[in-house]
Amino acid sequence: MLVSYTQSFGKYCIFLSQVFRAPDKWSVFGKSMIFEINKLGVNSIPLVIIISIFIGAVICIQMQLNIVSPLIPSYSTGMATREILLLEFSSSILSLILAGKVGSNIASEIGTMRVTEQIDALDIMGINSANFIVLPKIIGFVLFVPVLCILSMFMGLFGGYLIAQFTTMLSVEKYIYGIQTFFDEWYVWYGIIKTYFFAFIITSVAAYYGYYVKGGALEVGKASTNAVVSSSILILLADVILTKLLLQ
Amino acid sequence: MIEAKDVSKWFDGVQVLHDISATFETGKTNLIIGQSGSGKTVFMKCLIGLLTPEEGEIFYDGRPFTKMNAQQRKQLREEIGMLFQGSALFDNKTVLGNVIFPLEMFGKMTKEERLERANFCIKRVGLENANDKYPSEISGGMQKRVAIARAIAMNPRYLFCDEPNSGLDPRTSILIDELLSDITHEYGMTTVINTHDMNSVLGIGENIIFINKGHCDWQGNDKNIFRSESKSLNDFVFASQLFQNVKQYLETQYKDSKE
Repeated sequence: MLVSYTQSFGKYCIFLSQVFRAPDKWSVFGKSMIFEINKLGVNSIPLVIIISIFIGAVICIQMQLNIVSPLIPSYSTGMATREILLLEFSSSILSLILAGKVGSNIASEIGTMRVTEQIDALDIMGINSANFIVLPKIIGFVLFVPVLCILSMFMGLFGGYLIAQFTTMLSVEKYIYGIQTFFDEWYVWYGIIKTYFFAFIITSVAAYYGYYVKGGALEVGKASTNAVVSSSILILLADVILTKLLLQ
Repeated sequence: MIEAKDVSKWFDGVQVLHDISATFETGKTNLIIGQSGSGKTVFMKCLIGLLTPEEGEIFYDGRPFTKMNAQQRKQLREEIGMLFQGSALFDNKTVLGNVIFPLEMFGKMTKEERLERANFCIKRVGLENANDKYPSEISGGMQKRVAIARAIAMNPRYLFCDEPNSGLDPRTSILIDELLSDITHEYGMTTVINTHDMNSVLGIGENIIFINKGHCDWQGNDKNIFRSESKSLNDFVFASQLFQNVKQYLETQYKDSKE
């Protein structure tokens, strides 16, 4: 098993060495990248907004229900909601969700291109197919993912605000005061830095699985599943390492 | 001219090509024929470099393809057009987008010249009114035509076609065969067609290589294929009832003429 993992990692490194080369034509690369930003990034905005609002609201409710002590100040609910969103949800958990959406999209798209010989067609034309197909996806998504991360932070906090506004659980003033109290700007940067790494993992791992598909539609489905599972595990592993490096 | 010399290929210890030598002539439609699983697709993939043969050499007009480095291969590939079995059109591009794609990537033409060349190629394959359609919106026969237009866009010296008639009705198959033959003669290309369609063999088989179980069993043309004494070739050629009837008819005619 160790040999198999080592071989896969080696193959992944060789794949990346093919991907990270100068594009055959920069103008075509630029167009492809904008297309990918729209497809992978902009199209993920509705999902990010919906999930972030609901999770922000749920965190706020749970904090308010569980932090019941005269020793704990009432603004703690807002503060705890903010910390959870900034430190973990809007970077790591959101990336796990995006691994499902974006990762499966990339793996199935490239896998289908492989089984329908579109990648062979590129190779025959003398085009570096890995570079042509994958690089715009990686660069495009890595560039756009901070937007999703920051949007998720705002929307999560907005979800908590909605609970304060429309329920009697806590007041809006205390919630607003809570999310402003002891604010550390570094936590925002910490979240953004993490998402850069996670975006790279999601796109490169999914592209790797899609690119080396052999067979037909069944294998494309398997590649898509494997891409999501592998990138999710790698995101969690990277999360531990980055947290240790960035917060200690 | 493309020459293959003693090409052998193994997969997981199993030899699928056995010392195949063949010559594909310039300005002719060269056919590789054989049963499914005989190794003809593997042989074609070796010829174009999608697979690397373990033994043997391949020459493109004297240039040793198997010994070329990545840069030399890339340059040579700009001289190659390929028509895939499933057309391999890019789903996210229109007909015009597919045909203009190689010109955008490699051509040194202006935008207007690229458009003019792409439209010329589309017109040449008889698809004037399909420029804005996506591959999913056109028929299989039209997809093949688009793939041919894309393959000839860069004015290649070598054209490879992997089973161009698969999935097409007999009439459309003949039209595709005629188109490939016309293009070959018009541009003086070296065209290599991988097929098991006997209509193609008889219609455009100017130079035929028969592959059986990874061996090159016979080389000839559409004029002498019926006179072959190769048992494996005869089994392949006369497999269908139609061609058995043709054979019986020809034998009867031959006997009658002798008497």
